[in-house]
Amino acid sequence: MATPVTAQPREQAGPVRRFADLLYRKPTLYLSLLLIPPLLWFGVIYLGSLLGLLWQSFYTFDDFSMTVTPTLTLDNLRALFQPANFDIILRTLSMAVAVSVASALLAFPIAFYMALHTSGRTKAFFYIAVMLPMWASYIVKAYAWTLLLAQGGVAQWFIDQLGLRFLLESLLAIPGVGGSTLSTSHLGRFLVFVYIWLPFMILPIQAALERLPRSLLQASADLGARPAQTLRLVILPLAIPGIAAGSIFTFCLTLGDFIVPLLVGPPGFFIGNMVYAQQGSIGNLPMAAAFTLVPIVLVALYLSVVKRLGAFDAL
Amino acid sequence: MSVAVQFTEVSRLYGQVRAVDQLTLDIRDGEFFSLLGPSGSGKTTCLRLIAGFEQPSSGSIRIQGVEAAGLPPYRRDVNTVFQDYALFPHMKVLDNVAYGLKVKGVAKAERLARAREALSLVALDGFAERRPSQLSGGQRQRVALARALVNRPRVLLLDEPLGALDLKLREQMQGELKKLQRQLGITFVFVTHDQGEALSMSDRVAVFNQGRLEQLDTPRNLYLQPATPFVAEFVGTSNVIRGELARQLCGSTQPFSIRPEHARLAGSEPASAEELQISGQLQDIQYLGAATRFELRLDNGQNFTVSQPNTHWSLDAPPVLPGQRVSARWPRAAMVPLREAP
Amino acid sequence: MRSDRPSLGLRLAAWGGLLFLHFPILIIGLYAFNTETAGFSFPPKGLTLHWFGVAFARHDVLQAISLSLQVAALATLIALLLGTLAAAALWRRDFFGKESVSLLLILPIALPGIVTGLALLSAFKRFGIEPGILTIVIGHATFCVVIVYNNVIARFRRTQYSLIEASMDLGADGWQTFRYIVLPNLGSALLAGGMLAFALSFDEIIVTTFTAGHERTLPLWLLNQLSRPRDVPITNVVALLVMLVTMLPILAAYYLTRGGDEVAGGDK
Repeated sequence: MATPVTAQPREQAGPVRRFADLLYRKPTLYLSLLLIPPLLWFGVIYLGSLLGLLWQSFYTFDDFSMTVTPTLTLDNLRALFQPANFDIILRTLSMAVAVSVASALLAFPIAFYMALHTSGRTKAFFYIAVMLPMWASYIVKAYAWTLLLAQGGVAQWFIDQLGLRFLLESLLAIPGVGGSTLSTSHLGRFLVFVYIWLPFMILPIQAALERLPRSLLQASADLGARPAQTLRLVILPLAIPGIAAGSIFTFCLTLGDFIVPLLVGPPGFFIGNMVYAQQGSIGNLPMAAAFTLVPIVLVALYLSVVKRLGAFDAL
Repeated sequence: MSVAVQFTEVSRLYGQVRAVDQLTLDIRDGEFFSLLGPSGSGKTTCLRLIAGFEQPSSGSIRIQGVEAAGLPPYRRDVNTVFQDYALFPHMKVLDNVAYGLKVKGVAKAERLARAREALSLVALDGFAERRPSQLSGGQRQRVALARALVNRPRVLLLDEPLGALDLKLREQMQGELKKLQRQLGITFVFVTHDQGEALSMSDRVAVFNQGRLEQLDTPRNLYLQPATPFVAEFVGTSNVIRGELARQLCGSTQPFSIRPEHARLAGSEPASAEELQISGQLQDIQYLGAATRFELRLDNGQNFTVSQPNTHWSLDAPPVLPGQRVSARWPRAAMVPLREAP
Repeated sequence: MRSDRPSLGLRLAAWGGLLFLHFPILIIGLYAFNTETAGFSFPPKGLTLHWFGVAFARHDVLQAISLSLQVAALATLIALLLGTLAAAALWRRDFFGKESVSLLLILPIALPGIVTGLALLSAFKRFGIEPGILTIVIGHATFCVVIVYNNVIARFRRTQYSLIEASMDLGADGWQTFRYIVLPNLGSALLAGGMLAFALSFDEIIVTTFTAGHERTLPLWLLNQLSRPRDVPITNVVALLVMLVTMLPILAAYYLTRGGDEVAGGDK
């Protein structure tokens, strides 16, 4: 190492090295080269399609010739407020709200237990045990529920074994909740939705509670709060961003779904089914496009509300 | 003696902040040069400008006489030892050290041999096959050193390399670094905020404050002849007397510095013509073993420190007690006139 | 040491919740071996491996599997490329519109699948692109990019930037630094992101219903099958298969991205 220090021979600058030099000297060029492929894809293909779709919602559909003409009109948007269409929107919206509330109620104890009463291996086990059903095939989970809820299926067997048939029948008799059988009832559809989106609610709440310092609970107890008071005054306010983050998933995913309404529950379209039917069998792309505006607007409104609750920090 | 690194009116701006402000200095070939200053003083930015991680906003930096502006780090004949070592976690120690040779296209047998040689230079012969995560902090530091030195750079840049080590290890490494630098004859540019470290290791020290060079000198001159109040107080401890008090004592408002060990507590005998005297209330006495420090509160509210060596071995109690009025005296010759920072 | 043990009710709720999440999956596992040819009666009358042979001899099943594998592989490849580029562009940089770029990447996941699906379909129609494997891949890649992006940017953020400076300092240019330092550090994140993207694509149905045309991916085959009660046993077998293909990559991805201490070099 003690050899006399000599200038290193400058290595031959190949094209690769010269290109590297160029990128080093021109950071903006470097950034552009990195950004252009994803921006082309998202800015042109994706955003272009979206804007094209929105534009289509102002096109005119002729009911007699079943053709679309690029004459701009507000009829499609107006048609959304016709009672039949508005019913669809209300049905979807109320399901999304109900599913979000139920998911939050069910998820909270699980997330609470995970965050505050498990550690090490048990925590990892719970984490994976929630992750797996979350990622497991959506369509298969929906299918599993058609098996569960079917006449003579698993759910009915358990209900019969427990002798609770009368309870189920009285539940199904309630208008707006029930239906003729479990698999054709609102209740059944609601159950499937809650099941499918529940993990999306558990994990954000768990993450929010995980950040809660244990010393805070001890301090609360130390200051004389009973467990119920600690829960209400300390834990719940800190869990709100997590609940809000989770509800983004439960609310938005329910709003756009059309497979579950297809498989389980009483007849009657959701927004997704209407979009699918309008563009497919009817060929009324402008009306389908107008219908997609509904979830877009509702999701945007919803996001602006939960953003105030700190949902984005808890994502 | 030729110049290794030359800064000419170099500035580096981040928006409105001048991290380095109109810096001009020469680092000589083969010297151990330290950049000393508090955090945010611009010393690390200087180092990064030499390495090529930052480009100057204006001015010129020449390395071995070659203009470096616009040259990427991989085209500069300098290497860096990083503060966090920056060892590649996915490579074993030997491959870490051989990396610089590998990317320059040195044949495998030669680069591994040279890497082993560099590892033995830093006394890590047995560690070639380990992963960085299996090493202690001190060992990682040596690997980082070997990884830089294996390239035989003209200038080695060290960015607070000892900051993460505990005191004992740090002192040991200071000695080793100095020895290594003499042995190899490479220019070392060493960034530190620890003035003791800078004084004990360096041939010359540049003291930075708020992006500006306050003073550049040998450790001895820096200590004995600080140029500014900042240097006087940052390098060692100092009593800086300015303003009205300075005028009362020597007839001019130009500030001056007096080191605590150059002053002594005075008895009742009158001061000689060569001495100046100041008095105040004794606030505190700190027994430091080799010396005792006396903290005085002057009449204008300023503190004044006197440090007296404990040359005697008997258990005498200190001659004064806190709360008493005492005087401190120093020879006129020990006073260092300072220029106020612009 | 825990001063307050969880109440019985809380423990029941937590473990009961887990059971609720896994019960339908167990049912799928059970019914794939059901001896019955029709109906969903519970408990099953008997168990058999017979239907696996039957299912894998069916031409339409094999074709759907093959299509889904091709689509997922292609979509994953595109997602890996675009997601990594986007992450590299956004890491440690600040430029005008940076927030909009990351929002744009998330949009396909944030907006309901029907919107993305219909938007792409209408664009394809306008430009006269026949729906087929290409259009399915375009749809899938669009929402898979963000999965890869999230994994890669998370790894980037955990990587000390000084590693890259050190590499350049030692004489490596941008390309060498990418090859020897960045890529090995990203390795497991890319693998994890790729597997998640693959699982997501393999299972996707909502966007696919719009972009598939006459092609039939495995989920579409399943959906179509649900209205045909006579093929129940085969449907059950395929359901189990799809379930496994989507669940196993999650486990692998979890173990690949867990911890991360191994990528932190310094001791700070």
